[in-house]
Amino acid sequence: MPSCKLEDTMKKGRFGVHGGQYIPETLMNTIIELEEAYEHYKNDPEFQAELTTLLNDYAGRPSRLYYAKRMTENLGGAKIYLKREDLNHTGAHKINNVLGQVLLAKKMGKTRVIAETGAGQHGVATATAAALMDMECEIFMGKEDTERQALNVYRMRLLGSKVNEVTSGTATLKDAVSETMREWTKRMDDTHYVLGSVMGPHPFPTMVRDFQAVISKEIKEQVLEAEGKLPDAVLACVGGGSNAIGAFYNFIEDEGVRLIGCEAAGRGVDTAETAATIATGTLGIFHGMKAYFCQDEYGQIAPVYSISAGLDYPGIGPEHADLYDKGRAEYVPVTDDEAVEAFEYLSKMEGIIPAIESAHAVAHAMKIAKDMGKDQIMVINISGRGDKDCAQIARYRGEDIHE
Amino acid sequence: MSKIKEAFANGKAFVAFVTCGDPSLDTTEQLVYAMEEAGADLIELGIPFSDPTAEGVVIQSANERALAGGVTTDKIFDMVEKMSPNVKIPMVFMTYANVLFTYGTERFVKRAKEVGMSGVILPDIPFEEKEEFASVCAAYDLDFVSLIAPTSHDRIAMIAKEASGFVYCVSSLGVTGVRSNIATNIGEMVDLVKANTDVPCAIGFGISTPEQAKNMSEYADGVIVGSAIVKLCEQYKEDCVPYVKEYVASMKAAIK
Repeated sequence: MPSCKLEDTMKKGRFGVHGGQYIPETLMNTIIELEEAYEHYKNDPEFQAELTTLLNDYAGRPSRLYYAKRMTENLGGAKIYLKREDLNHTGAHKINNVLGQVLLAKKMGKTRVIAETGAGQHGVATATAAALMDMECEIFMGKEDTERQALNVYRMRLLGSKVNEVTSGTATLKDAVSETMREWTKRMDDTHYVLGSVMGPHPFPTMVRDFQAVISKEIKEQVLEAEGKLPDAVLACVGGGSNAIGAFYNFIEDEGVRLIGCEAAGRGVDTAETAATIATGTLGIFHGMKAYFCQDEYGQIAPVYSISAGLDYPGIGPEHADLYDKGRAEYVPVTDDEAVEAFEYLSKMEGIIPAIESAHAVAHAMKIAKDMGKDQIMVINISGRGDKDCAQIARYRGEDIHE
Repeated sequence: MSKIKEAFANGKAFVAFVTCGDPSLDTTEQLVYAMEEAGADLIELGIPFSDPTAEGVVIQSANERALAGGVTTDKIFDMVEKMSPNVKIPMVFMTYANVLFTYGTERFVKRAKEVGMSGVILPDIPFEEKEEFASVCAAYDLDFVSLIAPTSHDRIAMIAKEASGFVYCVSSLGVTGVRSNIATNIGEMVDLVKANTDVPCAIGFGISTPEQAKNMSEYADGVIVGSAIVKLCEQYKEDCVPYVKEYVASMKAAIK
């Protein structure tokens, strides 16, 4: 396996061939300003102390690492631990990044934040942090997603944010990202774009990863304390890839730890209705970065599909693309059917309703746990909770419930 | 003198943008002939992209219509190849980085040169990322056009010094689209460009009326109009050619 020293990946926002800053000139000085501010504050003890206080006292960190005994016994293989990011305030890992970015924006003198959202978790987290830190907030969400995730739209409005329905293109996450970028090119003096994943132009993939890396930092400490050794595998779902990179990051140099990203295959990687970027995508340039994208031979971005609004994105972050190129992480497709089964399985088996996104990782764990030894340890990142998905999964099963 | 530079040699230049294949490639071809006749000095041919992040709704919709109609990069090359012997003014492609990158940047640039194009504009490629595209364009003698924006400030000198063809001076913040008011201090931007290069400078984004065109042309070597033309294509569809011709003539007359 080629070496994967972290400093190699840090040059000019590149991860191997991936990454970069492919954005309009109008935003360049803003991005450079952000890069400089982040470089300054990431080494500022006062900033870090303030962020840690917010993460612990407000968001409820550290999140628990829970030994899933019934699931372990039922699957009859690896010892399974669940990293409970679903227990964070606002119900997902998204808050880790958002608290970091909104605090940074505040230090930079910005008074307004904007953000895209797919499932609504990142939008809710941003609206929450904006309320907490007294910032104006506008969220951009695909019209289709506002319908799939109506409750989250209400939560964002309740928190004082404006929610803009995006009707362009496929009216899903990628269009919400495009529209938020357009909004940022209109107004950047007082506005920070709180990008929700490890994607977009540098410094976002690095900055968001750093804010999410707390997940793997804690997993490492918690699993060492519980088992006295590192896990054999860490699993996480991947759309843009922020919870996955957060769960992987502190294990990248521990080459004995398998890192497995679970992509949304939708109705299957052999159909057009999929969002599995590594399985079906090719190298391209989009949304500010070079990485893998679902696209046609002419570079037109594909209208991807997944039951999960949060994984319904046609690209993957540049660091994941590089981890894939280097063979350091594996990426596997998981279908809607498998994810829904895992959603129901974890609910019944452990009394934990995972987000439909996280259920993709649970589904793959169910496939591979039995092939691992009983002395082996697997950690699944439960990136969010599934309350938001109940109405949709009920519909998937042919039951119509009112939210 | 490069073909693009010539376009700026006879007074203020009028640069006209159309989205290829909206409403059809045949119409695009007829539009180019008509715009040249009406006095356009340079044509920007937009290759549609599924997710044009620098465009306002007018050009976004044109891209969607063109792609829905089955337009591809290869079909556009074929159209240009057929058309270019009949066109004297220079033409440049305006599209997004992924369209070139996925086609194969060198393959794209080589073919663009073969069919008679003079340059390429990629609004999602800033100075820091341009080498990967500009070096290939230089090897095939195609101008890689750089953009500057109202937020560029201290970056203008650096960008202007390496400019090729013309400098695309973005008039205002935000995306493409018609605006009633352009508040940016254009004069200052253009002066900075002029202090660093003798490559001509054209202003675009938001210009739609003859008054705006006349006003902007006083600061620069030319004006670029896109959304206002694309709006006429949207409104009149296959019958848009005479309307666009008349519009271009009125704009050119205003800046003469």
